[in-house]
Amino acid sequence: MAGTRSQTIAAEGLGFQYAGSTSKALDNINIVIGQGEFLLLTGPSGCGKTTLCRCLNGLIPNFHPGEMFGELLVDGVSVAAETTSELSRKVGYVFQNPENQLFALTVEKDVAFGPENLGLTREEIRDRVDWAMGATGTVALKDLAPYELSGGQQQRVALAGVLAMKPSVIVLDEPTSFLDPRTAEEVMGAVDNLRRENGITVIVVEHRLDLVGRYAERIVVMDHGRIVADGRVEDVLDAEFDRLSGLGIGLPKVSLLWSLLKRDGLVSERLPTHVESAVKMLSERLRN
Amino acid sequence: MKIDSGDFLAIMGENGAGKTTLAKQLNGLLRPSLGKVTVDGDDTTKKSVAQLSRKVGIVFQNPDHLLFSETVKEEVGFALKNFGFEPGVIAKQVERTLEALDLAHYADISPFLLSGGERKRVALAAVLAWEPDYLILDEPTIGQDYQQKERLRDFILQLNSQGKAVVMVTHDVEFVAECNPKVVLMSRGRIVAQGQADEVLSDGGLIEKASLVKPQMAKLFSQLGEFGLPRDVVDVHRAKVLLEEKLLEVKVRVAQSS
Repeated sequence: MAGTRSQTIAAEGLGFQYAGSTSKALDNINIVIGQGEFLLLTGPSGCGKTTLCRCLNGLIPNFHPGEMFGELLVDGVSVAAETTSELSRKVGYVFQNPENQLFALTVEKDVAFGPENLGLTREEIRDRVDWAMGATGTVALKDLAPYELSGGQQQRVALAGVLAMKPSVIVLDEPTSFLDPRTAEEVMGAVDNLRRENGITVIVVEHRLDLVGRYAERIVVMDHGRIVADGRVEDVLDAEFDRLSGLGIGLPKVSLLWSLLKRDGLVSERLPTHVESAVKMLSERLRN
Repeated sequence: MKIDSGDFLAIMGENGAGKTTLAKQLNGLLRPSLGKVTVDGDDTTKKSVAQLSRKVGIVFQNPDHLLFSETVKEEVGFALKNFGFEPGVIAKQVERTLEALDLAHYADISPFLLSGGERKRVALAAVLAWEPDYLILDEPTIGQDYQQKERLRDFILQLNSQGKAVVMVTHDVEFVAECNPKVVLMSRGRIVAQGQADEVLSDGGLIEKASLVKPQMAKLFSQLGEFGLPRDVVDVHRAKVLLEEKLLEVKVRVAQSS
């Protein structure tokens, strides 16, 4: 359909219970994610967000045993009917600690590993590796060993390796927790560029909203295996602030400050989600 | 640099600045190739890591690099056993430490069955058990959600108030802003600034030099100078107090003029 985004991910009544566990890690998840969306998935430790991501690339139920309920479609195909290798072409996964997914002797070989295993032609592999390293700013690192790199460089190489598979979705599981704030911004900026230029769907799992909130259009909050809030970042932050802070989510400090001032009846506007809007709103009030 | 007993210090800087390398010098895991490090007057090159560790405990960034025992209880008692304490003393000390870190119910479980945040607390307990005078925490907030960070902050402040020196190595600017320790700012292997967190973290030039970013409150207050507000505000509590005052003034002014 012209003008509307096609669906990349659609879950209906999705549930999952790990083998040996007594409760459901995911319970009646209903969500549709469009092509090219930038979605922030958050919630307290143990809320099921990692479990949901594992369903997307087939690690559940193919690798982690358990019982799956409902239906999950990725690019229109049910994950239950696909192999992990097939799904890994569609959904790329960048883990929290890049050390866990880099292993080749050089950066270039590491990035090439995925496409080499797809049985592509030499030219196609070459093209993909060059593109993925270009998009992540890792070309200059190509002959270095992954362990020689800094955390931020490793994270970008891990991202390049995933991109070289040309997935339609990338999932980043707390991608910035090992990074200093500036490097974290660089990595998130690179991810956002990929989304805008290539229409890749981006799902970022994060506790820290201050960093990712700027790029994400949509936030999905989970608790006890369920989705408890889903909407535009500004809307959800404003409407659900107390609930979110009760869940232990790291809310932007400007939003926290504003909620405290609001409680005192000193301001009335909606919560700002980044510093620039807070500066504007405060300046207007103070100029009076 | 100098660390006194009772100090609360954050060593900050970008990835690769040398923070962890500096931390490892403090208990002799690394020895200086130039210059000198002393702990309570003893040159670290003349003491064993075992001797130095009694005084300086390091909790590493990745708990999995530290944990290996079959149960949490054994893990936390391991160092005490190595230091030659009596079994009765060990049992008591382990119990106390597990209690303090809310881990008592995991005593007989394998640390590897716990979540990342819990493993991190076990690693902390394993070091705290022998009550080192100097506690070094390498990136203590990584993988912790906001509530866990709050708890960690309370715990650190409590240890510090008991006279322990606490040094945290971190690039979590927001966490440091809320704790307001002394900051040692590093960049490319050098110390580029030392001072209280609110001074250092609100200084745009220094922050730039160390490839960090200002905490949100510092970013906000750097743009509110024209209203007579200070620039060195880094934590939400102080920001709220200052803004309340200003906004009330405005309210009164508006009420009077109408």
